[in-house]
Amino acid sequence: MSEREQEWGAQMRAALGGDEAAYRAVLQSFSVFLRSEVRRGFARYGRGSADVEDVVQETLLAIHLKRETWRTDEPIGPWVRAIARNKVIDSLRRGGKRINVPIDDVIDTLPAAEPEEHLTERDAQEVLSKLNGRQREIVQSISMNGASIRETAAKFDISEGAVRVALHRGLATLSKIYRNQEL
Amino acid sequence: MNTDDLIKAMAADLPNRPTPPGRALGQAVLVSVPIALGLFLYALKVRPDIAAALQSVRFDFKLASMGLLALTGLWLANRLSRPGTPARPAVIALMLVLAALLVAVGIEMMVIPSAYWMPRLVGTMSMTCLTTIPVMAAGPLAAMLFAMRQGAPTNTTAAGAAAGLVAGGIGAFFYAPACINDSPLYIAVWYLLGIAAVVVAGALAGRFALKW
Repeated sequence: MSEREQEWGAQMRAALGGDEAAYRAVLQSFSVFLRSEVRRGFARYGRGSADVEDVVQETLLAIHLKRETWRTDEPIGPWVRAIARNKVIDSLRRGGKRINVPIDDVIDTLPAAEPEEHLTERDAQEVLSKLNGRQREIVQSISMNGASIRETAAKFDISEGAVRVALHRGLATLSKIYRNQEL
Repeated sequence: MNTDDLIKAMAADLPNRPTPPGRALGQAVLVSVPIALGLFLYALKVRPDIAAALQSVRFDFKLASMGLLALTGLWLANRLSRPGTPARPAVIALMLVLAALLVAVGIEMMVIPSAYWMPRLVGTMSMTCLTTIPVMAAGPLAAMLFAMRQGAPTNTTAAGAAAGLVAGGIGAFFYAPACINDSPLYIAVWYLLGIAAVVVAGALAGRFALKW
């Protein structure tokens, strides 16, 4: 097992024990790994890199919602890679019509760098906009505005429990939207 | 929303712990057994010679093999629910149970005269058996599939089939005390066909119900 995977395992064990900082750290580390995995998977099938961040987010959501399918006594690397592979394949299948052109045929015409941050912002916004009003407001408050559960509860004048429920449902709905969308 | 923002939201959702797939499967079994048992008590009758049957090797083997099919199916379903966990040990266990059934068929064919092979194979109510097992298994199959939605199967068809195997095994186990055919020849054909129907139903349903 690589050093990185040992660190993932330790952080994830701490996270499942309730350590939020460890959870943020391991998700960060996953996102770096996933970005290169997704990019490589897309390149192999001649798919541009425009949707990479969407698949990274979709995979992170799957990791989050399915985190209990990892058993703390098992190596974490195969688990993360299996989820990533599954999500990349799903995405390639959804975009099946677009992968007919071999990369070699177009590689010289592709722009060297893409304004990825902008694309990412816009695409993810679109996904967020498909949530229903209250769920969207709450997910947005906690993610983009960086508010805590308590602050969000105060802002919308609802209980913290209601914020937690709406946040959880919002994330589950986002995952479903990603799964069903045509990228 | 960029990825860092999404991570903030997920970290805030950390205290909301999903049910581990193993526990969900256990709960589904706890629901399935009363369903199958209730259906047995309500719609079926214990065979009249049950006391003698319990003493017979064939009847005991029938019960044990159906129970073991359900258990290995449960192990398989659990492993298939977890990404990156190889299914192989559970598949081998399942193969061993099926091999034991084949060995029992071989022994049966050695100990009874060949003139009895066909009557034992055909039995007395093979159509009842073939239809009752899937009926008994329908509720358990729904419970198993529902539980498996907690998992993250990378192969939804296989995962659905495993759910069907558990449900079919439970259905067959609770049908067995009502059925007077105990020969391994009969079990290997009619019980397995009844269970296979549930496995196929589970596999087809899994493709849709177990996406994540």
